[in-house]
Amino acid sequence: MNLLDRTVAFTAALRRANVPVSSAETVDAVRAVGAVGWADREAVRAAFAATMCKRPLYRNAFDSLFDLYFPPRIGDGVALGDSGETSGSGQSADGANGPAPELTPQELEALRRAMRDQLRDALLDGDDDRLRDLARRSVTAFGAAQNGPGQRSYFIYRVLRAMSPETLIADLLAAMLGEEERGGLGERIARQTISDRIKAFEDMISSEVRRRMAEERGIEAVERSAVKPLADQVDFLRASQRDLVELRRQVYPLARRLATRLTAKRRLGRTGRLDFRRTVRASLATGGVPLETKHRPHKPHKPELVVLCDVSGSVASFAHFTLMLTHALREQFSKVRAFAFIDTTDEVTRFLRGLDLGDMMARIASEADLVWFDGHSDYGHAIDVFAEKYPDAVGPRTSLLILGDARNNYRATSAAVFRRLCGQARHSYWLNPEPRSYWGSGDSATGAYADFVDEMVECRNVEQLQHFIERLLPT
Amino acid sequence: MSSQGYAFADVADVQERLRETGYLADEAIATTVFLADRLGKPLLVEGPAGVGKTELAKALTTAVGAELIRLQCYEGLDEARALYEWNYKKQLLRIQAGASLAPEAVAGVAGAAGADRAAGESAGLATWRETHDDIFSEEFLLSRPLLTAIRRSEPTVLLIDETDKADVEVEGLLLEVLSDFQVTIPELGTLKATRRPFVILTSNATRELSEALKRRCLYLNLDYPSAAREKEIVLSRVPELGERMAESLVRIVRSLRAMELKKAPSIAETIDWGQTVLALGFDTMDDAAVTSTLGVVLKHASDQARAISQLKLGAN
Repeated sequence: MNLLDRTVAFTAALRRANVPVSSAETVDAVRAVGAVGWADREAVRAAFAATMCKRPLYRNAFDSLFDLYFPPRIGDGVALGDSGETSGSGQSADGANGPAPELTPQELEALRRAMRDQLRDALLDGDDDRLRDLARRSVTAFGAAQNGPGQRSYFIYRVLRAMSPETLIADLLAAMLGEEERGGLGERIARQTISDRIKAFEDMISSEVRRRMAEERGIEAVERSAVKPLADQVDFLRASQRDLVELRRQVYPLARRLATRLTAKRRLGRTGRLDFRRTVRASLATGGVPLETKHRPHKPHKPELVVLCDVSGSVASFAHFTLMLTHALREQFSKVRAFAFIDTTDEVTRFLRGLDLGDMMARIASEADLVWFDGHSDYGHAIDVFAEKYPDAVGPRTSLLILGDARNNYRATSAAVFRRLCGQARHSYWLNPEPRSYWGSGDSATGAYADFVDEMVECRNVEQLQHFIERLLPT
Repeated sequence: MSSQGYAFADVADVQERLRETGYLADEAIATTVFLADRLGKPLLVEGPAGVGKTELAKALTTAVGAELIRLQCYEGLDEARALYEWNYKKQLLRIQAGASLAPEAVAGVAGAAGADRAAGESAGLATWRETHDDIFSEEFLLSRPLLTAIRRSEPTVLLIDETDKADVEVEGLLLEVLSDFQVTIPELGTLKATRRPFVILTSNATRELSEALKRRCLYLNLDYPSAAREKEIVLSRVPELGERMAESLVRIVRSLRAMELKKAPSIAETIDWGQTVLALGFDTMDDAAVTSTLGVVLKHASDQARAISQLKLGAN
């Protein structure tokens, strides 16, 4: 496989990972590499990124795939294709060639000590090149396991156990702070810096392990597991803690994007009545001839929004995100009220108003009155309580939004009350974070509710949520 | 492609010359700038506010010894402000001047005999044709940034700032300019660039730019710099701050950025912070120093509250 074929295979892989790359961009990429040359790997990466990766969202997938398709080294990394690498290659001699399986335990232990010392220095300086070099060598030395003849596997946890970077924290802190007093701001910041660098090191190890696996098993086999889904397609119900933090961070930019798009759409729409004064004023410039008529803008119709959301267990992260988003978009609505329930309902609008939305869910859980019986979802009782306690919440100008998976633990559904609520509202939508194929299975009561709402919408990720919100808001 | 060769010899040259102007570019930035020069393509720079997007364009202008032409985008920006406009006031004057001249001329001729009326009419028609050709000539053309950049024969950097703020139609307008470096004016024909300007577009990503526009550009996602580079930047702007202070300042700023804030501190704000603590005479970044000057980097009350609680400021 020559480099051109490799590049084409790489673009195909990008497309498989949902990164759109046009053929014109592929051509650009090849021209770009022609201009910078293949010698420096980071330059090649930058050239490809400039021509083929045009949204920050795609960058993770791009980097993972680039590392797979254009690995810096082959095998144990004995300076193959290493011409562009400047730092670290001098020291790599001691670790890279040695650790064949015939090392005695004592030698291995000595090697481990030496590498831990190097790791400490590298972490202290925050030198990414040296860290990457160390990651490579530590995977070689400690990560491999023979499974079957001629087949090797690599394990992240083996490497991490051998290097155990966490145990270096105390040393690093001492070195970083020097004579500075402990316990102050300096220490907290230093701690954070260290843990960030350790995390970066762990990421390097995992990408190195991926690369080795790719060599053993072929790129295509690893590609599927290596490339994480794009952030706006991460499933709410399966999102990891880290994904959620990333999603929350996106709330404000997302809300701002949606709001701009909506105002733009509105402006493009039909203009209103003639504005006589402005027309005459404008005609002065053309000698009293009204060449251009001016119109008053249309007053946008702003709906009232009532959000009723299930905040139990697994659905909570979805509810949280959606609440934050609707709150961030509150200027697009004339009024936003939020209600949360587990097996009984309470109004949570006051928590939305709080200064800090990050802790919103924790406060809702601890302060709002959401549990009535046993703390398992009970849609029927929650709906009854909602209708009884807040009879004025849903009116003819309200859009009612229900967030939840409708997993009702086989309890009563109060479908009649729900039907009345939906009848009162101008629109009613149900956002369900479960895949459509699961609806109605097991204790899912979607069947009982779906007919009464205007529509039950599958809303598994940010992309779908975004589409829905755009539809919800009038243009 | 321009016939006068390339502005930069290689990636290191880009880095070196940008450094001379006071802009510290990392390798990815330098490579992308180099490519934009080599491939003759516009460069789209996207990233959060305050990471030095506009600064890059300015530094580049100085580095290649060009002149900067800037098109600031905003909502409601239209063709007349971005590309060109006919100076209709001057056109009106011209027409009125022509009209006030013509009757006398015609009256002079027609006064002799009624048979000459036909001649008078044709003279009027000719005058009108003349006037028409006249008022749609270069003299009445008001050149706006895009057209100006294309018509210049000296080295030019065209900065289209905050492209995301402009309406979607403006992107359509940019397509012709950016892919062929030409502008079509119905009355005059197509004006082609004699010398391609170096085009930089910036965007804060408040909305997604269209695929068509992105396809025509090289893309650079400018993010907050690495700790080492940011420290270098702070020191190059506020050298009196000293190595140690700069380092702890940058460390704190980075941990602030790691929090879930509404608005993360920008590079410019880090520099401001450095100048502030210097002016106030703090010599370490301790609790008191940070708490009293936090307003320089965090400009939302909720962000400040969050930073204070997460950094445990004022706890001891």
